[in-house]
Amino acid sequence: MVAAEGQISPKALDKKPPDKGPRDENPWHEVVRQTLKRNDIRLVPYVPDRVLTTLIRSLHADPFFTIFPTAREEEAVGIISGAWMGGMRGAVLMQTSGFATLANVLASLAVPYQIPLIMFVSERGTLGEFNFGQSLVCRTMRPVLDALAMEHHTATRLDEFEFIVDRSIKQAIATQAPVAIILSPLLTGGKVFEK
Amino acid sequence: MNHRMSMATDTPARNTKLMNRFDLTSRLLAKLSHQEAVIGGIGNTNFDLWAAGHRPQNFYMLGSMGLSFPIALGVALAQPKRGVFALEGDGSLLMQMGCLTTIATLKPSNLHMIVMDNGIYQITGAQPTPAAGVSDMVAIAIGCGLSNSAWAADEEDFERLVEKSLSTSGPTLIGVRIDDKPGIGTTRRDPVQIRERFMLGLGVREAL
Repeated sequence: MVAAEGQISPKALDKKPPDKGPRDENPWHEVVRQTLKRNDIRLVPYVPDRVLTTLIRSLHADPFFTIFPTAREEEAVGIISGAWMGGMRGAVLMQTSGFATLANVLASLAVPYQIPLIMFVSERGTLGEFNFGQSLVCRTMRPVLDALAMEHHTATRLDEFEFIVDRSIKQAIATQAPVAIILSPLLTGGKVFEK
Repeated sequence: MNHRMSMATDTPARNTKLMNRFDLTSRLLAKLSHQEAVIGGIGNTNFDLWAAGHRPQNFYMLGSMGLSFPIALGVALAQPKRGVFALEGDGSLLMQMGCLTTIATLKPSNLHMIVMDNGIYQITGAQPTPAAGVSDMVAIAIGCGLSNSAWAADEEDFERLVEKSLSTSGPTLIGVRIDDKPGIGTTRRDPVQIRERFMLGLGVREAL
């Protein structure tokens, strides 16, 4: 059967170029990988989080990065600080409860020594948290960041995400100051109660 | 006395000579001729590094107890051709013992660790650590996978182990039992200047 001229068949609709909408953009973890790379951030020590799994896997798969787990988050901060002083850029991945262990090292090393420590914090404890302890410790994060007058941004939208990550990295390096990029469940989907 | 590395259990801490931190730090620095980086830990390891004579490749950590080895690991990863020594107290190492596993896994060949073990938190009033007289720091390091770890029996043995570290592919760890004396000097607590001078010393920065 031949479709009448001028009419658009359902198949033709399927072949239409995809919208440049959010569904077709890189997922958030790919934005992180590409933006780190573009800014020559090679060293990525981390303490894992469920939400970070895909990002961690993709960084491990990319030979550009030296990525490895550490036993504690402050250990990772020490490594990044040493690497920066030796001329190598890095970023730390962690979750909210890990950030809560960092007040001393931020106040004694990263801030006073002016280290451009770049932190990605997967935000647990909000927007559907099932663990009471996580929701409590989450409330300590921004007050600690604010008490130390540290730059921090909460990323909630994919369309703003690359801008936030790229500009935050550049500002941290240019101003020699640490920065925390908080990955909201609005961006990542978060971790939901399964069992 | 068995002097081979990797055989720390043959030279238990209790049989080693009680040495002095400042003396050992001075002996270490005297052995360094290739602009090796030296990272001082919190308090006394830092004060004695300062007192032993400032070098542009010295880094003095202030306050982040336990992070001497992680900072040194970062330097070692960033500059794989430069030898990196890290000084740490036993109490500090207890705070961040997990870093030994990270270092054992990454195996940076240019990283050399020295643990100054007096069994006390000297600077806070000489209270014993929870490990004092019981735990063997070198055996712990070996258990973490750092097979090139050994106690230094005396000063000459320490110098021999330092020389061996300089010629051996690392990571290496030397344990030394030290007395309860405080550090000799006091580091000038100027974090930005410490960091900037260290970066100059490592060739990362040019002077303004």
